[in-house]
Amino acid sequence: MQVLMREDFDTLIEKLQGADYEVIAPRIREGAIVLDTVDSAGDLPAGWTDEQEGGRYTLHRTDSPSLFHYTVGPTSLKSFLYPSRSLLCRVHGGHNDFDVEEPEIEAPQRAFVGVRACELHAMAIQDHVFAGGRHPDPVYTARRNNIFLVAVNCSKAGNTCFCASMGTGPEATAHYDLVLTEVVEDGTHYFLIDAGTKAGRSMLDELPLRPARAAEEEAGAAVVRNAAGSMGRSLDTEGIEDVFFENLENPLWQEVAERCLTCSNCTMACPTCFCSTVEDVSTIDNDMAERWRVWDSCFTTNFSYVFGGAIRKASSSRYRHWITHKLAAWQEQFGTPGCVGCGRCITWCPVGIDITEEAAVLRRQKETRQGEARYGAGTRTAY
Amino acid sequence: MHTPRKPKLAVWKFASCDGCQLSLLDCEDELLAVANSVSIAYFPEATRAEVDGPYDISLVEGSISTGEDAERIQMIRDESNLLITIGACATSGGIQGLRNFANVDHYINTVYAHPEYIHTLRNVSPISQHVFVDYEVRGCPINKYHLVEVLSAHLAGRRPNIPSYSVCVECKRRGTPCVMVAHGTPCMGPVTQAGCGAICPAYNRGCYGCYGPSEECNTQALSAWWTKLGVEDADIARSYRSYNALSGVFRREGSRYAKKAAAGATNEERRQ
Repeated sequence: MQVLMREDFDTLIEKLQGADYEVIAPRIREGAIVLDTVDSAGDLPAGWTDEQEGGRYTLHRTDSPSLFHYTVGPTSLKSFLYPSRSLLCRVHGGHNDFDVEEPEIEAPQRAFVGVRACELHAMAIQDHVFAGGRHPDPVYTARRNNIFLVAVNCSKAGNTCFCASMGTGPEATAHYDLVLTEVVEDGTHYFLIDAGTKAGRSMLDELPLRPARAAEEEAGAAVVRNAAGSMGRSLDTEGIEDVFFENLENPLWQEVAERCLTCSNCTMACPTCFCSTVEDVSTIDNDMAERWRVWDSCFTTNFSYVFGGAIRKASSSRYRHWITHKLAAWQEQFGTPGCVGCGRCITWCPVGIDITEEAAVLRRQKETRQGEARYGAGTRTAY
Repeated sequence: MHTPRKPKLAVWKFASCDGCQLSLLDCEDELLAVANSVSIAYFPEATRAEVDGPYDISLVEGSISTGEDAERIQMIRDESNLLITIGACATSGGIQGLRNFANVDHYINTVYAHPEYIHTLRNVSPISQHVFVDYEVRGCPINKYHLVEVLSAHLAGRRPNIPSYSVCVECKRRGTPCVMVAHGTPCMGPVTQAGCGAICPAYNRGCYGCYGPSEECNTQALSAWWTKLGVEDADIARSYRSYNALSGVFRREGSRYAKKAAAGATNEERRQ
C-alpha cells in the first residue's frame, strides 16, 4: 500500500485527464452530491457531508477538509453505463423502400473517482445482466469497456446504509482499477492507494507516492472499521428466499400499498434495477421512424401489460413483485441478491418506505409462527 | 399510385385561454409537416377559411361553461370521426372549474358591471362529461410534441407514446435530484402524470400537477407526507384544486383537505 498526499490529489485527476478520460466525481448539484464531470479536485465537495433518512436527504458543512466524507447520492454508475434513453435504430424511407440506420454507440472514455464498494457490486450485477450470456448488450458493454474506476472506501455509513449486512461494503474489495482510503488526522490529510488492475498499476507509476507506514495502514483500516460499525440499517439475508416465497399472500402487501405512491422512484434510484421499455416514434409524414430504449419500472401499469390488460393492477402486487424479485427471485435468476445495501430506495422514496423494515416484518412473522409451532400460540406481531 | 385523401382537421375552442391550440402553431419545425399531412378545415386562430364538416379529427380545447357550449359540443361530436381533447380545461375543467367550489353569482356580481348580461352554467364541466372522447392530451398547456405525436400515431395507425406514469419517472431519467427528498419542497410529481419532462423540479420547484392525476395515484399517502413536511391543510387542498381540480382523485383529495382545513379553522376560532 502506498500514500498519496492530499496536495498531490490533483495530480491523480490531471493524469486521468492526460490519459484522455473525462473525470466524473462527486460534486454538489441542486442540493445533493451527485456524480458529474469535474475539472479539478476543487470541484469535489470538500468539507461537506450528507445526512440520510427515509424520504430525506440533507447536506451539512463540517470542519473536516475531507473530500469523501459522505455516502452515495441519488445517481449511480447506472446512468452512465446504461443511459436512461438510448436510440436503438432509425428507419428512413417509405413503405416499400427503406433503410435501417444503426446509430453509432456513444462510449466516452470516462474515469470515475470516488466510487463506493456498494456501487462496484451493483455494477458487477449489471455486468452479469447486460454483458453476460450469449447476447451482451452493445450499449452497456461499449460504455463499460471505456471506463477507469477509482474506488474510495467509505469513511462513514449513512442512516439508510446496510452494505455491511449485504456483504458489499464498506470496503471495496474488487472491480476497481485503483482504491483509495482517505485519512484525516492530526493535521495530516492523505490517501492510502492501491491498484486492482494492470491499468491501475500503470497509473500508480505516474503518481507522486511513497510507501505507507504501518501506522498509516492501521489508520486506514480504522476508517473502514468505523464505517462498518455505523450502518444505520441492516438486512438479515439468511434464508431470505423462503421469507418471501412463503408470503406471496400476506396482509403486509396491502399495508405497504396504502403508503406506496407507485411513483417508481425506488426502481429508478436503484443501481441494479435494469428494466427498460421500447418506444417507437415516427414523424408525422412517416418518412422517418426511431426506436428508443428507455428506463422503465415495474411500478407502472404498462410494465405488466399484455393483451387484454395489466397483470399487476394493484400497487400491492407491484411492491410485492419488486421486493420479492430484488431480495429473493434475483438469487435464483442471477446467483446473487439484487440488492447491494446502498439505501437509495429508502432515502429517495418520497414517503420513506424502507426495504429493510418490510423484509424484517416478514421475518418476524415467520419467527413468531415458528415459535408458535414450537411452544404453542402466544403473542402475535401485527403482520 | 393512389394518394389517400388528407384527413380533415378542425380545432374548436370552449372556455379556455387559447394556449393549447396555439401550441399547434407553436410547432414551428413540425408545422409544415403537419400542414402537409392534414387538411386544416376549421381553425379560427390560424385561418379565416372554414370548410364544413364532417371532420376526421377534431381537437377540442376548453371546458363547458355555458348552455350554448353544451349544445355546440354535441354538434362537434356528431360532425367528428375522432374527438381529441387538448389541455387541462377540456380534460378536467381547468382553472375556471374552481367556481364549482364557490358561488358563481357572487363572482358574476363582483366582476361584471352588468351582471344581467351574463348567462352561464352554475358548474363548469370537462368535455367527457358531455360527449365521448377518443383521446385526452393532458397539460396546462399541452406539450406540443404530444399533440404532434398523437396526430402522427393516428395517421400511422400506431399507439401514441404518451405516458400515464408519474412525473418522478421523467425526473429520474433526466437525473434531477428529488426536490421533496433533498429540499423538503412539497411536490405533486408522485401523483401527477408525466409528459412535461419534469420541468419544475429541474428548476428546483415542486411539480404543480399541470398534467392531472397519474395512473393509480395515491394522493392520500402524498398528502400525509406533505403534512409531515409542515404543509397546512388549506394549502394541500389548494394544490389539488388548481388546473385539474375537477379530475377524480384530485377533486376528492382537494375536498377532503378543504373540509379538514375548515374544521381546523373552526377549532382555532373556538380556542380563541
